[in-house]
Amino acid sequence: MSHDAREHTGTYIELQQTEEFGELRRRFRRFVFPMTALFLAWYFLYVLLAAYAPDFMSQKVYKEINVGLLFGFGQFISTFLITILYVRWADREFDPRAEALHDRLEEGQR
Amino acid sequence: MSTFAIPAATNVGNPALNITIFALFVLVTLVIVVRAARTNTTAADYYAGGRAFSGRQNGIAIAGDYLSAASFLGIAGAIALNGYDGFLYSIGFLVAWLVALLLVAELLRNTGRFTMADVLSFRLRQRPVRTAAAISTLVVSFFYLLAQMAGAGGLVSLLLGLDGVGAQRVVIAVVGAIMIAYVLIGGMKGTTWVQIVKATLLLIGSVVMTVWVLAKFGFSLSNVLGAAVDNSPKAGEKLLGPGLQYGKSDLTKIDFISLSLALVLGTAGLPHVLMRFYTVPSSKEARKSVEWAIWLIGGFYLLSLVLGYGAAALVGPKAIAAAPGKANSAAPLLAFELGGEILLGLISAIAFATILAVVAGLTITASASFAHDVYAQVIKRGEVDADSEVRVARLTAVVIGIVAIIGGIFANGQNIAFLVALAFAVAASANLPTILYSLFWKRFNTRGALWSLYGGLISAVTLIIFSPVVSGKPVIPETGKSLSMLQGVDFHWFPLDNPGIVSIPLAFFLGWLGTVTSSEAPNEAKFAEMEVRSLTGHGAEKAVAH
Repeated sequence: MSHDAREHTGTYIELQQTEEFGELRRRFRRFVFPMTALFLAWYFLYVLLAAYAPDFMSQKVYKEINVGLLFGFGQFISTFLITILYVRWADREFDPRAEALHDRLEEGQR
Repeated sequence: MSTFAIPAATNVGNPALNITIFALFVLVTLVIVVRAARTNTTAADYYAGGRAFSGRQNGIAIAGDYLSAASFLGIAGAIALNGYDGFLYSIGFLVAWLVALLLVAELLRNTGRFTMADVLSFRLRQRPVRTAAAISTLVVSFFYLLAQMAGAGGLVSLLLGLDGVGAQRVVIAVVGAIMIAYVLIGGMKGTTWVQIVKATLLLIGSVVMTVWVLAKFGFSLSNVLGAAVDNSPKAGEKLLGPGLQYGKSDLTKIDFISLSLALVLGTAGLPHVLMRFYTVPSSKEARKSVEWAIWLIGGFYLLSLVLGYGAAALVGPKAIAAAPGKANSAAPLLAFELGGEILLGLISAIAFATILAVVAGLTITASASFAHDVYAQVIKRGEVDADSEVRVARLTAVVIGIVAIIGGIFANGQNIAFLVALAFAVAASANLPTILYSLFWKRFNTRGALWSLYGGLISAVTLIIFSPVVSGKPVIPETGKSLSMLQGVDFHWFPLDNPGIVSIPLAFFLGWLGTVTSSEAPNEAKFAEMEVRSLTGHGAEKAVAH
């Protein structure tokens, strides 16, 4: 339960100051913040095109399939892709580091 | 009422068959709920299903929660009538999951216990922040509930051959009563299983219908689009490009941007979505839940594109607009067109199940927030045993159910996707800024949280009340009715339907302003605890062992 953890506030502050935790936080933020900026920019580009360039979006590419539809599918593909990239990154880069720090805290409390 | 005659509801389908299929679903899910309830003993069982669901199970349940009547009925209908502009909804709803995946899900799972307020009040002054977060949770859930209940009325009149407002009201009340029973008996565990069953049925039903539609057009999406255009004399080619609904003027374009903002930032602030992350044993499983949810939800929206245009091609916008439930009946009408009475019965039962399940999920979230945050922490100051907390939660569920029934009666007939968009706007304004600040900004303090929560909430709700959604839309000559919720009055002064473009930046700004003008020093120790716990998962709540 969390009550055990709360008695160890000192340990938390100590760990927060360590180089390893700083590294974990840096890596996490370096992945998620730019990625968030990227997908939001891509999404709003799409939204603005839909709002202000309807003629461009309505141009036919192949039979009835137009630019707007392809852009829309592009949003699906980018969402799926970012999900795959993040999960792979988290499994390989993030989890081992987080688990190591987690275990260190557990040991420190014994 | 107007002089416009409501078209007979019973020209499609067989009410007896529909009722049978639906009753069967209720029976099966009730058995599941009762079985799941056997192991419900602790508060963690009632609120979080014992935290014992796997990432995949929870991912399917999230899809069940998220693919509400708004997604299934609303989006298909919006695409059938407004073409591409309906598709835009689904893209916003999907991309929004990346915010939850990257920034919120895992950190929230690691730091909270049952509710959104657990995280927001973690390092701030407990009582004021919890109160604000609980109020916001209740308001967002109420808007969302309203949307689901509104869908139930129109659907039922189509399915059961009940025309007349009175009969629809009775059915809304019955839906509400069944839902209350699910929540009371099954708690989060029962509700989650209902979501899983429903999501599976919904996905299977959509795949079957999509393949069927495509088969009718030589498995060519292009042919479906072409037929949709041919069958929509009024919209014509415009059905395939953006702008049919939102391209009319500069104002509608800004409204569209406002909507898009609310959609993409709203998901990660929806309390009933956030609460689902507590039903898994760890943050890694929370990540897996979102991953599964993204695949299922994305897949479903691709199907709904075919279903929407398919409905335009095979049923036609005129028949859809004339049906009781209007745009919301596009998917059921398409089912009838494809597979006659039986498919209509099945698809309608699924749509009905969808409403039931989502309403149950919302009710448990709202009742948990009231019992856990307001009653236990604010009123009783934590001096309360888990049993009486859960008792209060159950009582609250009944009250919320009754409020939802009354609200649903009033909102009957509104487009559901659109009502849900309003819930998203409130969530994106009040909740998301506060969640992000408290997870990532060390200096954030109590005043900042209160300003962003109340500022976002009050501005969003106020702008909705004084928007054309509530009053003042022009009367449509054919029906003699205005599209606004209230008829015959006009007190609107805010020009946009969706408040997001104003209220979301405002809430972010207020969160910042409140923080920098407050002299409250950040609680270093609590911040260290929150940061370390959120990233390492140390001290996170564990699954309940039975």
